[in-house]
Amino acid sequence: MTLQIPQQVDARGLSCPMPIVKTAQAIKTIASGSLFEVLATDPGSVKDFAAWCRTTGNELVEQSADSGVYRFVLRRK
Amino acid sequence: MTTTTYERPTTAPSDQLAKAIADVDGRPDVAFEEAADRPVRTKELVIVNWSGELDKVWPVLILSSTAAASGMRCRVFVTFWGLLPFVKDQKRIVGENWMQKMLTLMQRPGIDHLKLSKMNFLGMGPWMMGTLRKKYGVASPRELLEAATAMGVEFIPCQMTMDMFGLKREDLIDEMGDPAGAATAIEIMTEADASLFI
Repeated sequence: MTLQIPQQVDARGLSCPMPIVKTAQAIKTIASGSLFEVLATDPGSVKDFAAWCRTTGNELVEQSADSGVYRFVLRRK
Repeated sequence: MTTTTYERPTTAPSDQLAKAIADVDGRPDVAFEEAADRPVRTKELVIVNWSGELDKVWPVLILSSTAAASGMRCRVFVTFWGLLPFVKDQKRIVGENWMQKMLTLMQRPGIDHLKLSKMNFLGMGPWMMGTLRKKYGVASPRELLEAATAMGVEFIPCQMTMDMFGLKREDLIDEMGDPAGAATAIEIMTEADASLFI
């Protein structure tokens, strides 16, 4: 069961650190507590989004990988 | 949710990068908000950017922009060779006397003219790095510098180096902060949560 998320950052094809930089910018446009989806193809983003969430206090709600695309669902703190 | 199969693009990923850079607007406020349950002191990263080489300036810009994206305060003290990449694009030869002018004649200033510390091969190395960068969707030093300054990374030029190289404040990019010296570098490095000399 995948969550339906209205807000999305498409960072596919971008390498470190742009998926994080884009996400940091985009997440401030949503309300605290709202969910947010990021798509990335950078394999390093798996560890990086976990680290970024620990640093910033945002929550990594869900993550999955499908055909080389990593999907992260974040909740803004 | 449906996820379509996606392959890494081999052509024109720079368009995506340009869009990503264009989307960067202002320092992210998310991590600067203090959580109700825990008092948060904003973490700080200080980097001394000493080298003017591509393979050192690049990680400085990646780490500083990522620190800003992580809600940290990031300051970069820019000194010695590290200052030349921060000279404005339109400046070619800078300096007051012939020795200072020789420096920038031999090492072209500006963020687009960085040399590799090894395997430079008269520019062949940086050209190959640029080609690989585009193929793999990696942001260029210029793009990262724009993202870093847009997110509030503070770049502090070294006054002593400016004097010795004959660089005036107007020779440097507008985004640079006020020049300072070693005592400032020591102060911000010792107060920071992490400090790096690159």
